[in-house]
Amino acid sequence: MKILVCVSKAPDTTSKIAFTNNNSSFDEAGVNFIVNPYDEWYALVRALELKEAQGGNVTVLSVGGIDYEQIIRKALAIGADDAVRIDAPESDALSVSTHIANYAKDKGFDLILCGKETINYNGSVVPGMVAELLDMPLVALAAKLDVTNGVATCEREVTGGMEVLEVNLPAVISAAKGMAEQRIPNMRGIMAARTKALEVVSVENTTATTSVNNYELPPAKSACKYVDPANAAELITLLHQEAKVI
Amino acid sequence: MKTIVFAEHLNGKFTKSSLEAVSYASAWSASVGGTCIAITYGSIDASVLGTAGANEVWKMDALSAADGEQITKLMLAAQKESGATAIVLSQDLIGKSVAPRLSVRLNAGLVSGASFLPTGNIVKKNVFSGKAIAHVTVNSEISIVTVLPNSYGVNAAGAACPVNAFNAEVGTARVRVKEVRVEESESIPLPEADKVVSAGRGMKGPENWGMIEELAKELGAATACSRPVSDIGWRPHHEHVGQTGIAIRPNLYIAVGISGAIQHLAGVNGSKVIVVINKDPEAPFFKAADYGIIGDAFEVVPQLIAAAKAFNATK
Ligand SMILES: Cc1cc2nc3c(=O)[nH]c(=O)nc-3n(C[C@H](O)[C@H](O)[C@H](O)COP(=O)(O)OP(=O)(O)OC[C@H]3O[C@@H](n4cnc5c(N)ncnc54)[C@H](O)[C@@H]3O)c2cc1C
Repeated sequence: MKILVCVSKAPDTTSKIAFTNNNSSFDEAGVNFIVNPYDEWYALVRALELKEAQGGNVTVLSVGGIDYEQIIRKALAIGADDAVRIDAPESDALSVSTHIANYAKDKGFDLILCGKETINYNGSVVPGMVAELLDMPLVALAAKLDVTNGVATCEREVTGGMEVLEVNLPAVISAAKGMAEQRIPNMRGIMAARTKALEVVSVENTTATTSVNNYELPPAKSACKYVDPANAAELITLLHQEAKVI
Repeated sequence: MKTIVFAEHLNGKFTKSSLEAVSYASAWSASVGGTCIAITYGSIDASVLGTAGANEVWKMDALSAADGEQITKLMLAAQKESGATAIVLSQDLIGKSVAPRLSVRLNAGLVSGASFLPTGNIVKKNVFSGKAIAHVTVNSEISIVTVLPNSYGVNAAGAACPVNAFNAEVGTARVRVKEVRVEESESIPLPEADKVVSAGRGMKGPENWGMIEELAKELGAATACSRPVSDIGWRPHHEHVGQTGIAIRPNLYIAVGISGAIQHLAGVNGSKVIVVINKDPEAPFFKAADYGIIGDAFEVVPQLIAAAKAFNATK
């Protein structure tokens, strides 16, 4: 099975969120970047498990500049066979998806896996766009994935329960928690990653249909009001009379 | 400006997130003097979408389930027929499957997970898991917006509206639904809950969750948990909230024995009122709290249950 896993770069979850250039860009000073957790923990690890069980090849793909290579190497260290970096700015989701689809269209991938969203843009958009561009079905937010004889079986959470879905490959599937468990790369993986193939593809720029004008930080919380633990019942009164939420 | 909005239903009722999307679409079109058409399917009394703000409903009776590709084709046909330049969906499962496809087909800018109404061609959305807000400019003629559940609210001030039959060539579904397992529980689904009682490692073990469930029941709240708690299997995965679990925005979030790590806060910082119960006065969660109790959960929670019972008795 040929699997493509799309991975994105995201600031470490403990990063300070601040902006520069008149609040028009994210302040990367001192920020450590990681592989977007949904892409790494769930999509990539499940792809590797499927390959280990059934044979095949796992390619990771990122759209982004040279600064992406560190996270691509991390994905290779975890176990991907080879990697592609499409050398284009990460402008909007439609441009990123167009680059992914243009690359993937004649490569014969059976499965395209993505994380359900990035933790910095929280879009949940790229998997659906790639599916539409490649005329493939999509299962969004799958929490379980199995493949038998060219058919993917997925489970996902729906209001009040779980849904079991089936789809013929090729298909695009976005991964949510539950699909796999995080893997920590070992020394052998890290060494091997240095020599694995990383193809850099140059592309023409696309026009973006959306652009971020500026960012703002949410208004600061007012100070916490403390309730005496010996008289905790007071909280219920405050929630009713003051906060008016019960 | 004409706006079309997709409305999803489940067990004969429109979902709360769909009604929010309809109210959002209606307010958006009204702000520029336009009309709002809700698009739906199947056998349901759709005139109620008028109460959430739709001016009219177009309904495809022949379609019985919401498949992402079929709803995409339905929305494309409705866009063509109406000439709508604004398209709204909820940022729920079906919205996440349909909106990106529409964006490709119409070459239209998509802003996903908006929590505020657009001003001109600028739409605000939460980014960095709720730690910042981006002002996104849409550069295309048609704009698509998906609305973050529990962020906009339902405005039910309207009246029932006319429902017109609408038909489109929607093809067949490639994703087959094999089974839907309804989890037998009376509890409220977490993403829709407007009150949530959540607990963390401070509860020491799964056997102590009885008091969390009881407090939730007395308050009419759903239950949630921190990531380690679901990772070690004390609670089911679907209760895990935070940056790598689900993000929720209830009116009331009560956190018991949760330290308030930044990754946890990322999933709950959109809550209107946050209450923190923790025995450590230095727990970072207090910085994000509106109300705090510094104390032992095993002493505080039983008092709260008793007080909530007493409060319910006066209602
Ligand atoms: C990439 C990444 C992503 C992550 N994503 C998430 C996520 O989505 N969601 C999430 O929750 N975490 C996430 N985490 C983990 C997060 O960093 C914290 O480790 C986790 O939230 C801690 O859970 P906790 O508060 O239950 O446990 P602890 O940090 O162990 O805190 C327990 C708290 O209980 C208090 N306590 C103990 N006993 C009592 C008592 N008797 N009464 C009252 N209080 C008591 C303690 O004072 C302490 O504050 C993530 C971490 C990483 C690195």
